[in-house]
Amino acid sequence: MNAAVVVILALAVGTYAFRLVGPVLHGRVEVPARAQELASAGAVVLLVALLATGALTDSGGFAGWARPAGVLAGGVLAWRRAPFAVVVLGAAATTALLRVAGLG
Amino acid sequence: MRSLLRTPSDRSLIRDSSLVWLASGVVGVSFGAVSVAGGLPVWVPVLMSVVVYAGSAQFSAVGVLLAGGGPVAAAATGLLLNTRTAAFSLAVAEIIGSGRAARFLGAHLVTDETVAFALAQPDPVRRRRAFWISGLGLFAVWNTGVLAGALAGGALGDTARYGLDAAFPAVLVALVLPQLRGDATVRRCALLGAVIALAATPAVPAGVPVLLALAGLFLHRRQPVEATV
Repeated sequence: MNAAVVVILALAVGTYAFRLVGPVLHGRVEVPARAQELASAGAVVLLVALLATGALTDSGGFAGWARPAGVLAGGVLAWRRAPFAVVVLGAAATTALLRVAGLG
Repeated sequence: MRSLLRTPSDRSLIRDSSLVWLASGVVGVSFGAVSVAGGLPVWVPVLMSVVVYAGSAQFSAVGVLLAGGGPVAAAATGLLLNTRTAAFSLAVAEIIGSGRAARFLGAHLVTDETVAFALAQPDPVRRRRAFWISGLGLFAVWNTGVLAGALAGGALGDTARYGLDAAFPAVLVALVLPQLRGDATVRRCALLGAVIALAATPAVPAGVPVLLALAGLFLHRRQPVEATV
């Protein structure tokens, strides 16, 4: 079996199992508050690590200046509560323009 | 679910959802385009989007795959990201409803955006309508976007030219910023985690730095209980 099929199947089955936790357990088990707290904090920690490495690194090295600059522009837009689409397109446009200007 | 568009309040739910649909459609196009531009065949992002249906996990799994991280690291990274959907599904279990079909279909529609949108509604009836309207619409738009992006991906050439590689980190910034703003403890954990991940990146295989970031949770202390309650 090819690697992509393994990834898709494992991810699909596992993700659906996670999503069934609520509807299946509903009304039967009470999840400890501390576990819920750590789960939601852990999700944010994962996402921030993912965005930091995604913004700054590429294949184990520095990603160049254009990408983190674009992400930073998106971050400023998000901080100023710009709509989601504006944040995403603003980040991509900034990076694209910097690359047109010759910045890696 | 009877007919959509039943009442004026459904139309306002659709209007509010459509902004999220538009944004997700754009992200879906970029997911399809990035995957194909990275060398994956068109069916990989398309099939993955239908059966996994989780944007950040899909991006990270494909990212690890394209970086040569191997299928185990790719699936593990995506699954770890999706553990949060278990917590979300608990939060919306009541909203989804108790019928067997509703539970099994509704579970697949649990995403950050739909959960946030449903929980933001004032009463139980509207919460349920919001969940289904946002969930079904987002599923349709996301998959259409991914298909369009995957088909166009080859024609787009090097997506770095369009700055698409900056789009995903920016999406994450927009999603996590409200939680970082509101919670100093989570902010400390996330900062430590990000520093650990960045420091580890040159030394360990792709996908692992993000897992190491979970060590940042050591800063998440139990709230001290007051002596007198």
